Amino acid sequence: MIQLHEVQYSVDEKDILKSISLEIIEGKFIGIIGPNGSGKSTMLKILYRHLKQSSGKVTLHEQEVWDISPKKLARQMAVVSQESTVLFDFTVRDLVMMGRTPYKGWLSADNSEDVLIADRSMELANVAHLANRTLNNLSGGEKKRVMLARALAQQASILVLDEPTNHLDIEHQLHLMDLVKDLPITIIAALHDLNLAAAYCDELIVMNDGTLHIHGTPENVLTTTMLKEVFKIDAGISKNPFTEKMHLFFYTNTKIDTKGETQ
Amino acid sequence: MVGSVGITPQLIIEVLLYKTGMLSETNASNAQQVIIWEIRVPRVLLALLVGASLAISGAAIQALVKNSIADPYILGVSSGASVGATSVILFGAFSFFGIFALSFAAFLGAIFAVMIVFLLARVSGKTSMIRLLLSGIAVSMVLGAMTNFMLMISKEQGGVQAVMFWMLGSLGGAKWSNIGIPFITFCIVFPLLLLSYRQLNALLLGEETASTLGINIERFRLFIIIIVSLLTGVVVAVSGSIGFVGLIVPHIVRMIVGSNYKVVLPLSALLGAIIIIWADMGARIAIAPEEMPIGIITALCGSPFFIWMLRRQRYAFGEGE
Repeated sequence: MIQLHEVQYSVDEKDILKSISLEIIEGKFIGIIGPNGSGKSTMLKILYRHLKQSSGKVTLHEQEVWDISPKKLARQMAVVSQESTVLFDFTVRDLVMMGRTPYKGWLSADNSEDVLIADRSMELANVAHLANRTLNNLSGGEKKRVMLARALAQQASILVLDEPTNHLDIEHQLHLMDLVKDLPITIIAALHDLNLAAAYCDELIVMNDGTLHIHGTPENVLTTTMLKEVFKIDAGISKNPFTEKMHLFFYTNTKIDTKGETQ
Repeated sequence: MVGSVGITPQLIIEVLLYKTGMLSETNASNAQQVIIWEIRVPRVLLALLVGASLAISGAAIQALVKNSIADPYILGVSSGASVGATSVILFGAFSFFGIFALSFAAFLGAIFAVMIVFLLARVSGKTSMIRLLLSGIAVSMVLGAMTNFMLMISKEQGGVQAVMFWMLGSLGGAKWSNIGIPFITFCIVFPLLLLSYRQLNALLLGEETASTLGINIERFRLFIIIIVSLLTGVVVAVSGSIGFVGLIVPHIVRMIVGSNYKVVLPLSALLGAIIIIWADMGARIAIAPEEMPIGIITALCGSPFFIWMLRRQRYAFGEGE
């Protein structure tokens, strides 16, 4: 179980996060949504300890995350961040094997178990056929899946994804979400696409201006009032006839005149 | 083992076997024995150590700052060493160290410079890599100005030339007595770097990803900075600042085998050693019996080759999409 207790984060006296408290139960797929600058990424970065909160507490199984050793935390929590993927030339296999780093001491070599885990992770992320290709020759979607395979090789019980579907075409977006949804672990993902969030997540957390606006099931959270208030859009809510999941339609009431100025 | 005095290969092998006790007598004259055993052998060994050390230091620094134009001197090592060396050559500083004064002063200058650069790059307990690069440049400029100032006020023409020669790098000072320290340092630092290959690889994925892979970034960086500056400092102290190798060799190796540091480090050491051994040979015979500074050879021969590889496009030099 992950708990945030009155977590506050500020830079140069500006509050990026204002007293966030929340609880995440294991095994669920949690989506974090909110407009740009609402604090989604910051909250995730604090969660996976890239940033340190200014005040408040983040605990994992009742232990403060900053008290857990980096290695131990990496065995429990894997992250696919937004960081531009890879700069130098690694083969897909080498990169996925890096997911085993938290299990390795100074003198330990990669063993057959590591290879097996890497193979399985590559199969799960559907990149096994790319194993011997170098990363620089892959498409954006393939790279994202390789980074996911690397995170899976960490065998963590929590997977944090920061906008995993960014830059992916629609086929790969759906594919990635399908893949992640079936994993038997806790998933915490910041998402931009509200329809993807509605279709795949068990719970949604709505962030607005550094505060937690609402936390609940997609049906409870995605309401026209919330969308108006937080996302500043008008929306209609319907059902996707194929998946039976909720589907949102968006429009704005601002019209654009011929001179291109908004009224 | 070529040089200004002609000696046949058979004679060299004979002397080597004789000196290592595998041959009981030799036809070589005493003078030939001295040239081979006291001058040329240590020189080749030093070339090997210098080349390997600079290449692995460069590879490690490039991973550390995640910047492909970084070289081992980016932390101020060579400019610091130059100040130390120049003050010894021109003003006889540290003369109480006798023949080791030059190496000692150069090493001291190198370590001093790195410490300043590192302290400047630290802001509220965190070391920013871009600050490290920029403060390296700034500190190098100040130290370079100091070196130039000393050169300018010096009246000694011979001294000025000696400083120039030192700054361009030379293995001419190789003796059995001064390859010991570089050898020991290399034998400690190389395995330490090799054992850190996972962390170095992870750093290439970016600071954030590396930390989510369980690496204590601040501690690891400090560790790498310390061992790498120690190694470069020791090497620069005996050989002067030989350019090019530390920057280019890691790139050439990555072009051939990819970025996995498990392979990049040993191959860089090997290629660096080979390049410096051959470059030093070139330095000795190019304008024999005079010696050319080795830095001129490495830059003159290495750069065109590097440019050629650069034009082949397949390698991304750490550039993103």
